[in-house]
Amino acid sequence: MSELKKNTAEVQGEKEAAKKQAVGSSEKSNATMLEVRELSIQFGGLRAVDGLNLKIKKHQLYGLIGPNGAGKTTVFNMLTGVYKPTTGAIFLDGVNITGKSPVEINKSGIARTFQNIRLFKEMSVLDNVKVGMQNSTKYTTIEGILRLPRYFKEEKLMTERAVELLKVFELNGEKNALSANLPYGKQRKLEIARALATNPKLLLLDEPAAGMNPNETEELMNTIRFVRDKFDMTILLIEHDMKLVSGICEELTVLNFGQELAQGETSAVLNDPKVITAYLGD
Amino acid sequence: MKKTTKNNLITFGGTLILCVVLGILMQAGKLNSMTMGLMVTIGIYIIASTSLNLTVGVLGELSLGHAGFMCIGAFSSATVSQILINNAGAPNWLAFTLAILFGALMAAIFGFLIGIPVMRLRGDYLAIVTLGFGEILKSLFNNIYITSDKNGLHFGFTNPPKNIDTATKLEILRGPKGTSAPDLTNFWVVAAVLLICLIILMTFIDSKSGRACMAVRDNYIAAQSVGINVTKFRLMAFTLSAAIAGAAGALYMHSLANMLPKKFDYNMSILILVYVVLGGLGSLRGSIIATIVLYAIPGLLRGINQEIVNYRMLIYAIILICLMLWKNAPVFINMREKIKAKFKNKKNEAADLTSGGAEA
Repeated sequence: MSELKKNTAEVQGEKEAAKKQAVGSSEKSNATMLEVRELSIQFGGLRAVDGLNLKIKKHQLYGLIGPNGAGKTTVFNMLTGVYKPTTGAIFLDGVNITGKSPVEINKSGIARTFQNIRLFKEMSVLDNVKVGMQNSTKYTTIEGILRLPRYFKEEKLMTERAVELLKVFELNGEKNALSANLPYGKQRKLEIARALATNPKLLLLDEPAAGMNPNETEELMNTIRFVRDKFDMTILLIEHDMKLVSGICEELTVLNFGQELAQGETSAVLNDPKVITAYLGD
Repeated sequence: MKKTTKNNLITFGGTLILCVVLGILMQAGKLNSMTMGLMVTIGIYIIASTSLNLTVGVLGELSLGHAGFMCIGAFSSATVSQILINNAGAPNWLAFTLAILFGALMAAIFGFLIGIPVMRLRGDYLAIVTLGFGEILKSLFNNIYITSDKNGLHFGFTNPPKNIDTATKLEILRGPKGTSAPDLTNFWVVAAVLLICLIILMTFIDSKSGRACMAVRDNYIAAQSVGINVTKFRLMAFTLSAAIAGAAGALYMHSLANMLPKKFDYNMSILILVYVVLGGLGSLRGSIIATIVLYAIPGLLRGINQEIVNYRMLIYAIILICLMLWKNAPVFINMREKIKAKFKNKKNEAADLTSGGAEA
């Protein structure tokens, strides 16, 4: 175990070195997927997030935890462009995406799910996923109205891809149902499927296990791991369920009152007295 | 086959059959002139209500200025058709086709320009602003005068143009006194335009653009998060809706001997909105049926006897209220569901009996 830790530490050191070399050159040889530097946002007199630093490696499962009101969802909203940070910078795969609009940020490769599920309720399950493929579809509106060959070709391709994704999440049986009529757990899965349909590099999950029972959480953990491996995805997630966090996250950052309280490997962070105090009080 | 495709085919096929049947009856001389006039007007209103359904039902934004776009389509097409026929000597069919297209184009341009500020708003604010723009467009044509003579076209704003050669004078737009476009709209033209508009609406809604509009309607934050440019698709649907309304306006203009700008007022926008809402948001078939039924009711009431004429708007209002209750009041929704459940139970019982018999 200690050896393993040492190994990962070494690897990390190598990656750091590689990154230092890469600075100044256009080559993106470092393996950092998301880098956040000194990110802060101020709402009036309230500094909701204060000087947050994050570094998430490719293919990593990273957790962002903290007590209620710590600013976790605010961080997500800044990463996805819903809020513009007051100061700080966000780099996705080496590209600065600070202050871009949500649409541009999605196009550059971040997809997310929401704490309170936001599906397209009056649309079918299949169409929900197909909406996610909007930007990878090339036919124009005119081609769509005139039903030119490219419309049929690309729609067919889209449907095939969407069905494949739905199969991964075991939603294919309900593909024609209205998404609002799905049970809660499946709605969460559909949201992940929709986010994956946009072909992201980084997937942000905002409390994916909220409102799930232990069995569903267990299943969700498997799904998240599976998604990471199958789609070679980097995943950042916010979660309150400690079982899920300790079960799948490799590294954690703990936020408290907008500031970083602890950062590091999951088991170490969760045993940190500071973290325990923040959650349980003195 | 996909469910949407099937639904669309049923709607389109039904409309087509209805048009053909009515057309045959008309050619055979079985219909009186009042019914034929009614058919043309209903067809025009169907075009208007289905196009409004794109904004209200598919895009999910309440627009109260739809008559304004019909107004633009009507008066710009009347200008074109009169100039082409009287000044350029074009054949009627060509002039009318170009006039309808021009009306739709002008409405689309105005829809786009108005859409730029309007589509930044949501909900109630958007409704109020579209209401305002609808009235502005109406007032605009209340003040435009166009007259032609041997020297060419003369324009006037708020006052008729002066120094006109009286011998060759032809008034094209007469401001508040209205416009007399040639009477070119007949049943077949309306049916053709209606079917074309239906195809455009259906194919638009059942494409990635339509899906994007519905996604924006259902949850615009989520739509942005999957990379949908919200403003672009709202503007696109609003412009298309305006263009089709413009075509409807062009048909309407050419179906009446004299059309006043004040006809395209708030009441007309609301009337079309009533068809859309009672027909069902997002359902083209619903809009078509609601328009036919609700437009025909006042007309039929007029036909029953003279006594009832005085009360026809009262009866119409009561019918509207009842329909609204039937659609939305919890009591009636429960009642409908109970009836549905009863039917289902009966079916199930029947199925049980037959299957039980087979086992025995």
